[in-house]
Amino acid sequence: MTVGVRPHPGQAASGAARRRKLRRAGLHAFLIAMSVLWVLPLAWAVYTSFRPYEETNRLGYVSIGGIYNLDNYIESWTRGEIVKYFINTAIILVPAVILVLFLASVMAFAVSRYSWRFNLGLLMMFTAANLLPPQVIITPLFRMFLRLPLPAPLSDNGVFYDQYVGIMTIHVAFQLGFCTFVLSNYMKTLPRELNEAAVVDGAGVWRTFWSVILPLTRPALAALATLQVTWIYNDFFWALILMKTGSKMPITSALNNLKGQFFTDNNLIAAGSIIVAIPTLIVFFALQKQFVSGLTLGSTKG
Amino acid sequence: MIEHGASSATPVPPASAGGTGSSGRGASRRRYRPLTERDRLTLGLMVGVPTAIVTVFILLPTAASIVLSFTSWNGIGGLENIKFIGLKNYTDLISIYKPFWPAVIHNLTWLVFFLLIATPLGMFLAVLLDKNIRGTRIYQSALYMPVVLSLAIVGFIWQLIYAPEQGLLNNLLGRTAQGNQISWLGDPSLNLWAVLVAASWRQVGYVMVLYLAGLKSVDPALREAASIDGASEAQSFFRVVFPVMRPINIVILVITVIESLRAFDLAFIINKGLNGLELLSTLVTNNIIGETSRIGFGSAIAVVLLMVSVGPIVVYLVRALREDRQ
Repeated sequence: MTVGVRPHPGQAASGAARRRKLRRAGLHAFLIAMSVLWVLPLAWAVYTSFRPYEETNRLGYVSIGGIYNLDNYIESWTRGEIVKYFINTAIILVPAVILVLFLASVMAFAVSRYSWRFNLGLLMMFTAANLLPPQVIITPLFRMFLRLPLPAPLSDNGVFYDQYVGIMTIHVAFQLGFCTFVLSNYMKTLPRELNEAAVVDGAGVWRTFWSVILPLTRPALAALATLQVTWIYNDFFWALILMKTGSKMPITSALNNLKGQFFTDNNLIAAGSIIVAIPTLIVFFALQKQFVSGLTLGSTKG
Repeated sequence: MIEHGASSATPVPPASAGGTGSSGRGASRRRYRPLTERDRLTLGLMVGVPTAIVTVFILLPTAASIVLSFTSWNGIGGLENIKFIGLKNYTDLISIYKPFWPAVIHNLTWLVFFLLIATPLGMFLAVLLDKNIRGTRIYQSALYMPVVLSLAIVGFIWQLIYAPEQGLLNNLLGRTAQGNQISWLGDPSLNLWAVLVAASWRQVGYVMVLYLAGLKSVDPALREAASIDGASEAQSFFRVVFPVMRPINIVILVITVIESLRAFDLAFIINKGLNGLELLSTLVTNNIIGETSRIGFGSAIAVVLLMVSVGPIVVYLVRALREDRQ
């Protein structure tokens, strides 16, 4: 103020400040509008799910008041036999995630910590396999599953088709590419001296992997596990084609059957959808950081 | 085959989007001692088992799709009933099979919609959220929440909005009376757009998360320098930040293309991919799960899908290769 370089320094400064403030307010207004718009569909489903069918019939769908209760949840839970489908999902999901992470980490270890002639080629092949649309392979895969033998404790009809193990296998195969890719990029960032030190200490390949490299890969594994749990849980396609028995369907694919049972009762469908969405929403709220870092591990690095 | 110690690939630090370069650790071909027989076996299994799984369950079926597309087989009886019929499936596909061209156009529409609307919106939101503003975490959470939901659930949630009589949209528009309803999902000239809005609900958040991570890795000094040079915010983004983000821009582009080609769940949940929602993916599916399973014909559609997927996959791999060589 005292050193008047410009004619009205105070005024100019406050003008600029006001403009900046206005722009900030505009930015917030836009972001709030977008956020509300983005939350609205889910919020609407939640709202609908708490209202009995008779109430929405009486008052109209877009209305406030009347009775709110959990009847839709109770009914879709029992009539939809949700527990059974959750168990089906768990039977497929748990071994699939463990297996894919294990196989991807050994593969990533071998290609990133040792030099092979076909190193890069293998990694490319894996990545390409992961990027294919599933429909490209489904026709022969479906035929293959009908014929490929699978022994008794793992299959009740002797083949891969219509079996938990079948669905689990295709998840593992399809996700291996992405996981290997992410883990090998991660392992490449670990100092090479670790291998050398392990060798000096007399550790073999397996010991080097299991007690030196794998523990250091834990952050990437945690992020990938979160991502894989969500993706495999959310899968709709594989079980739709490769599973036949309705009662063996995982929950996401079973939703389609629920829709048939509930025909036009939108309130029940809303409650059913929310129940099925809850596990992934828990992942979202509790493990958001892991989920995001899993996604970005795969993208920010080639 | 296996060498110990030295690697052909130099280690690269993560998130090199900032253009900070990689620390080239000299890949000197040091030899320690030859691997023991046991170590060789372990390494062989480590590579062999995953490779075998991917080969048997992904690559072999891909190859089989290509072979089967030149044959006629209805799936009944053994493989000896497969007859080679040359290009007939393809000529039938483009000349006789009615849903084919609509499906191609719908896939393209999907791609263009994602490229022009969903992806840029996600990127734009990421740029806004990258500024230090209050409540950025809350905005981020709201926008990216749909990403964790399955597309099947997304389909159900949006059906509550698009339903003709009970849906939120028609109620808000006052179009719920019989005869006056807008059939968002039933009208073949409308339903693709309605589904694209639902699909974008998820895609925008996905792109936003990826892009935001990329923006965070841009060296702040770059932007500072631009602003000192008198660049406006828009200029500093388009002239400085965007070019530096090139690797992530390519990833996002590839993801956008791949997601558009993979589009399936929403269309299938809403009407099995018929009546205005035909996509290449739903055609393949309907040709094998229908009563008349036409395996050769379904494979021909799958091969068309494969051909268009190869482009973005190659772009992605070339980029991965280049970064690896850096």
